[in-house]
Amino acid sequence: MPILDNLWIIPLLPLLGSAINGLLGAKWPNKIVNYVAIGSTGLSFACAIEAVREFSQLSPEQIPFVKQFFTWIAAGTFRAGFDLQVDQLTVVMLLVVTGVGWLIHIYSLGYMAHEGGYYRFFSYLNLFMFFMLILVLAANYALLFVGWEGVGLCSYLLIGFYFLRKSATDAGKKAFIVNRIGDFGFMLGMFLLFKTFGTLDFVPLFAKAAPMPADAMGQYGALTVTCLLLFVGATGKSAQLPLYVWLPDAMEGPTPVSALIHAATMVTAGVYVVARSHVLFMRAPSAMLVVAIIGCATALFAATIGLVQTDIKKVLAYSTVSQLGYMFLACGVGAFSAGVFHLMTHAFFKALLFLAAGSVIHAMGGEQDMLKMGGLSKKIKWTYLTMLTATLAIAGFPPLAGFFSKDSILLNAFQSENGGRVLYAIGLFTALLTSFYMFRLIFLTFFGKQNYDEHHVHVHESPKTMLVPLTILAVLSIVGGWLAAPAFWGQPDYFARFLEPVFAQGSTGEAGAAEAAAHALETPLAIVAVLTATLGLGIAYWLYIRKPEKPGELARSMKGPYATLLNKYYVDELYAAVVVKPLLWLSTKVLWQTVDVQMIDGAVNGVAHGALGVGDNVRQAQSGNTRSYAVWVIIGAIVVIAIIFFWPSKPAAIGMVR
Amino acid sequence: MIPTHYYLILSAVLFGLGVIAFIFRRNIITIFMSIELMLNAVNLAFVAFSQAWNRLDGQVFVLFVIVVAAAEAAVGLGIIILIQRNRQSLNVERVDLLKL
Repeated sequence: MPILDNLWIIPLLPLLGSAINGLLGAKWPNKIVNYVAIGSTGLSFACAIEAVREFSQLSPEQIPFVKQFFTWIAAGTFRAGFDLQVDQLTVVMLLVVTGVGWLIHIYSLGYMAHEGGYYRFFSYLNLFMFFMLILVLAANYALLFVGWEGVGLCSYLLIGFYFLRKSATDAGKKAFIVNRIGDFGFMLGMFLLFKTFGTLDFVPLFAKAAPMPADAMGQYGALTVTCLLLFVGATGKSAQLPLYVWLPDAMEGPTPVSALIHAATMVTAGVYVVARSHVLFMRAPSAMLVVAIIGCATALFAATIGLVQTDIKKVLAYSTVSQLGYMFLACGVGAFSAGVFHLMTHAFFKALLFLAAGSVIHAMGGEQDMLKMGGLSKKIKWTYLTMLTATLAIAGFPPLAGFFSKDSILLNAFQSENGGRVLYAIGLFTALLTSFYMFRLIFLTFFGKQNYDEHHVHVHESPKTMLVPLTILAVLSIVGGWLAAPAFWGQPDYFARFLEPVFAQGSTGEAGAAEAAAHALETPLAIVAVLTATLGLGIAYWLYIRKPEKPGELARSMKGPYATLLNKYYVDELYAAVVVKPLLWLSTKVLWQTVDVQMIDGAVNGVAHGALGVGDNVRQAQSGNTRSYAVWVIIGAIVVIAIIFFWPSKPAAIGMVR
Repeated sequence: MIPTHYYLILSAVLFGLGVIAFIFRRNIITIFMSIELMLNAVNLAFVAFSQAWNRLDGQVFVLFVIVVAAAEAAVGLGIIILIQRNRQSLNVERVDLLKL
């Protein structure tokens, strides 16, 4: 097993590519940078496929396959090693990350061809791949956290890629700082895990947790708190309420970055962590409920904002937040495999949507406002077709990928005991909104009259390097869901079956009876979901094709709600008023101007001034005049003699004189 | 025989004169001579004590002092000549380059 035994090679290849391009690429022509960047990620993808092939030949006892390479931290009983692990969940993530990542690298060749800092872009992108692979391959929380922080760093670097634009650097900082809040929770969660279980390695940790019953440590015990803290980390990285604010701003980065990091891979890291920690979450029902509610609320919340955005990438950003909410909803109701399934299909169609949007922006010469597009379907036909595929997929039309994954989530939500019907209803309503805003995007962009000046904008189809990844992703968006299709005729759901060994460990032994009922519900619920999606399509069609003047009238007649949505519920303003402003005030007025300038600088400068003053005075004694020195010598001699003779207690020195 | 304290009083007077001259005169050669005066005042005290206690230690010290004084005179006069050459003056107040 050449690759499985040398798993480190999968993450190391992109790191090598990043180092080579980053250190040497500045002077190279784009072509060589391409070879390095595409080659390293492509090789990594090939290695991942080979690793999966070898993995499929392992016997069930050998899974999860853990390989220890070296000890990274050892302190007392604590050990964190550079250990990599492969199980079914890792396989899914590994293929998604390397495969989609590679396609996006290829796409970037075309998209970034005329941009400055070409080598820098690919160096960061490769570095991101490295950290993301560490994240999904890690066999303990500590190493996972390395990847976790690393992808955050790369996200920051790439959001701020156009660093001459203030909005871009601000967005980068915002992403970094908001993520810090989540990461703080994640770290506390890790500490608590170590305190409770004495290890951070997945295999022994979950083995210890598995025999426990639900709420083993009390409803609000260590397990629940740990899970909630890990989930705080996940809300930061995966842009859930209340820490989602950075993701829409992250669209300042180049579009391939939005596709790779802020749609397909990094933002799903939170879902991955929750799924990875399912053994713990299953034993903390209160935490699960929180996850489900937050996920559901985020899905609805972000979808409503997405309804009125006019920036094509912003719509997709809110859509991403919303879809991530779906994944957490799935995890929260205990349907981890459904969540991971949606993660995978979402990676396909959302990456495709972003890349297609990038192709549109490319064609429009950098224009992102949908109101200034229109009628593009004939001019950039291939982009239009691929984007339509992705839209149908995300809206949930059969037989595309999104239909199966979303249906699976809604089904599981419907059956869950944690207020399942309410969650289902909200999820379904969100599906309606999703379908509406996605078709709104399509109609505004590709149909209707053209709202741009043809003399200024030369619309052109993108180069092949961009269209080929689009096509591949479109195919994946169509067929990706078929893994779960057999569930509809009572056959085993391949995807869930594949992940079962991982998630079986987590179950507390209650499933089974629900299984039969599930199949009976599968078809009716699916029909409802499709009808909902069609309704969304219909409303969008009616509003934006049949009566294009209607949306404006609606917006005018409902000024209050419209303004609220357009301003994203004023959440940014709220955070600015509640958190940022007081913090800035504290930093400027108290910490900077008082503590630093007045107290610390004051003390240091005061000492310096004092020394200067003393020196100024004392230096008068050093007149350079020989005779004044002589006087000092004589005065000194007189004083010494006086002390010797008239000191009352007769110091010991006198003995020497006698 | 002359009592010891006569010598000591003479010695003290000579030493005091030396000190006063050292402080108040401006000519370097005069200052130099006042140093010699102080050294010899001390020599006188040494010799007086030597005779009073009937011990030789004091006289030995006197020899040392003479040797040191000779050496000092050699070096000191050399310095004085250089000062004269460089400044065309023996006024000690003009030798104040040590002050920054």
